[in-house]
Amino acid sequence: MSAIAEIETATVKSGFRLSEWVFTTDHKRIGILYLIGSMAAFLVAGLMALGIRIEQTAIGESGLINYFVLDFSRSISTGTAYNVALYFHGAAMILAFLIPGLTGFAANYLVPLMLGARDVAFPRINALSLWLFWAAIVVALLTFLVPDKPDVLWTGYPPYSITTPGNTALYVFTVHLIGFASILGAVNFLVTIIYMRAPGMGWNQMNMFVWTTFGAFMIQIVFVPVLAAAVTLLLFDKYLGTGFFDAARGGDPLLYQNLFWFYSHPAVYVIFLPAMGLLYEIVATQAKNPIFNYKAAVYGGIIGILVITGEVWVHHLYIAGMPDWLRIGMMVTTLLISVPVGLMVISLWGTLYKGAITYNIAMRYVVVCMFLILVGGLTGIPLAITSLNLHLSETSFVHAHFHFIMGLMATYSLFAAIYFWFPKMTGRSADDGIAKLAFWCNVLGTQLTFWPLFIIGVEGMPRRYWDYAMYPQFQPYHKVATIGALITAVGIVLMMAGWIHAAIRGRKTSTNPWKSRSLEWTNTESPPGPGNFPKPVQVGKDWTPYDYHR
Amino acid sequence: MRIWLGPAAGFIGTVSTNAALAEAAKETIINNPTTAWDHAWTEVLIDLFIIGGIFAAVAVYLLIRYRTRDPDAVGTAAPLNLEKALAWALVPAAIFMADDFLLSAKGWSLWNIQRTVPQNAMEVKVTAYQWYFEFDYGNGVTATDLVVPVGKPVVMRMTSNDVIHSFGLNEYRLKEDIVPGRITHLWFLPDRPRETDLICVEFCGNSHSEMTSKVKAVSKADFDAWMTKSLKKAEDRRHLKLAVSSETAPAQQ
Ligand SMILES: [Cu+2]
Ligand SMILES: [Cu+2]
Repeated sequence: MSAIAEIETATVKSGFRLSEWVFTTDHKRIGILYLIGSMAAFLVAGLMALGIRIEQTAIGESGLINYFVLDFSRSISTGTAYNVALYFHGAAMILAFLIPGLTGFAANYLVPLMLGARDVAFPRINALSLWLFWAAIVVALLTFLVPDKPDVLWTGYPPYSITTPGNTALYVFTVHLIGFASILGAVNFLVTIIYMRAPGMGWNQMNMFVWTTFGAFMIQIVFVPVLAAAVTLLLFDKYLGTGFFDAARGGDPLLYQNLFWFYSHPAVYVIFLPAMGLLYEIVATQAKNPIFNYKAAVYGGIIGILVITGEVWVHHLYIAGMPDWLRIGMMVTTLLISVPVGLMVISLWGTLYKGAITYNIAMRYVVVCMFLILVGGLTGIPLAITSLNLHLSETSFVHAHFHFIMGLMATYSLFAAIYFWFPKMTGRSADDGIAKLAFWCNVLGTQLTFWPLFIIGVEGMPRRYWDYAMYPQFQPYHKVATIGALITAVGIVLMMAGWIHAAIRGRKTSTNPWKSRSLEWTNTESPPGPGNFPKPVQVGKDWTPYDYHR
Repeated sequence: MRIWLGPAAGFIGTVSTNAALAEAAKETIINNPTTAWDHAWTEVLIDLFIIGGIFAAVAVYLLIRYRTRDPDAVGTAAPLNLEKALAWALVPAAIFMADDFLLSAKGWSLWNIQRTVPQNAMEVKVTAYQWYFEFDYGNGVTATDLVVPVGKPVVMRMTSNDVIHSFGLNEYRLKEDIVPGRITHLWFLPDRPRETDLICVEFCGNSHSEMTSKVKAVSKADFDAWMTKSLKKAEDRRHLKLAVSSETAPAQQ
């Protein structure tokens, strides 16, 4: 105890010291460093998105995209520069923003607090995960410095990724580093959730966010090694001359696609599950209600997804030349995902029933997320149907569909979480006028961007085309989409400026401003000190984080 | 816009009055994967609008009905007893599953049309290169645009010379990848004379966006004329080659 007390007094008197952050093993600081890293990745990847939209606005070459990838001398063609931007946007948004944002920042900051634990099970391994993630960001950013910029999309399909003059190794190493960080994180958090719950806390008394994090890391630990194997074979093929994916030497290019999506479809749920978890926490608190049909959402929803998610990957290969029977079999399994997801959605909706709903900025984002789930989820159904997919796949309909779920719903759940737990992290509120203005820019901007892409997608606008001379009729839609992207950019800048401002001089808040019943609000101060809880936490048999009724 | 307005009209119009029309239409569309796609898309879109509409309406109702300005108010939802909890899990699960199987069945029947190549189909070999398509009619005629006679099903047997490409026929609602080391196939029915775009829809590098060709569906007479001309050209080319090689052959000796 005395050692902890020493650390506590040391932190209180010192203020900010860089070494304390660099060498920290405190899950809260690690969480915040994950947040800073993932937001940096988000900004750069977002700039790429802006460049992509600007290049697509007009038919023909604007060449502006070259500047976005820091090719000022225009030594690469517009087409290649566009592909480099696509690569960085996709890879960074998924691997360096969404997954680390949700399972790095949010899980780190919230899970030990929600469990009533002093830290995670292996704090030093946790720090190792964090710095592997930062190393991955550095490696990813090398994209803009090397002359042979990677241009393999986030998927890295061979043979293209092997024959391209682009630097596929950077892609592989980024995946390796993030993957290693994810596996370590998975071990850490699974052990933490299983063994470090506060005395008295049963599995059915855990926060929904803890459950969804459990689900996400179960997926990571099972599936990430498959992705790591796939990209390693890619590295061997390109740089050591092996032929795993080379048909001419007995290899198979489709093997890579199978391995890649065997991980990368489940990865959607590594993102979707914690995103839903955050929405549950905010909805329950803002509606002051317990989670509607908690056990159905957990055992039917989360566990149901874990069971089905490994058997659906061929829906990414519907047009890739897989056997006909497999394309039909995995259509049925893919559609059946609607059952667990539907149970989670009903539970989220039901939590509002007979609630006492108050609206803060976080809750506004949650409301938007509810509609994003509907649009993003339902547009997945025609894509899941093999025969309809034959026309829709590789069009901007697909692009708009997964941006509704991943680009918007998952991202907004993270934004909502930042606003909601801002008082917890800083003792101050970010819920102000700037936040509201940024909210409207973000919501209107992104809707303007993605609805036109749905429409022209069904008409056949292909994905990954920097130019579309054969389809002049789509140009007005692209213009609207770009205007939306510009509005979104304003919103993002406003929002982040607002966060920085609020962290330094925002209005000071009480310990539990939203009157939550969850442990991170009820049993410790804001922000919590080292060791999290002034007194060891113990919960009763009928305690839940949502017991607003007593 | 047709593709979007169709479902909207279908949704608003009553099902019963359309039933007879649909029945009549079925006769003509049964074997054309293109019109069958449009038909299935309309039905699925109606399904989606119904589900989405219900969930959205319930959300709006709950969000407005239960809002409060009192920060100390708490919700009053009674905890679910076992029967209710089970009902709220099993009934929706059954409904979703029923819809999933319905959609699967619809999708599968369209899939069977798309993948059952008609007996009388004309075969064309396709080879994809970075960044163009080459068509081989099997009789010595090759082309970079695809010319086909209206009314005759066409089946593509496709492979790639370098990376993965994809054969995208937007107007015919079909796609299939072209993979090195494999032969994939796709068939379509040129249902009326028109010129449409063939685009590569699998990312293949620098000039992916420029990898396009034309699909020219022409009358039988025009096709035959084109084929005769192309055959003659191919013949001439072969003679030229033979002539060249017979000229050079003695020189080598
Ligand atoms: Cu998927
Ligand atoms: Cu191509």
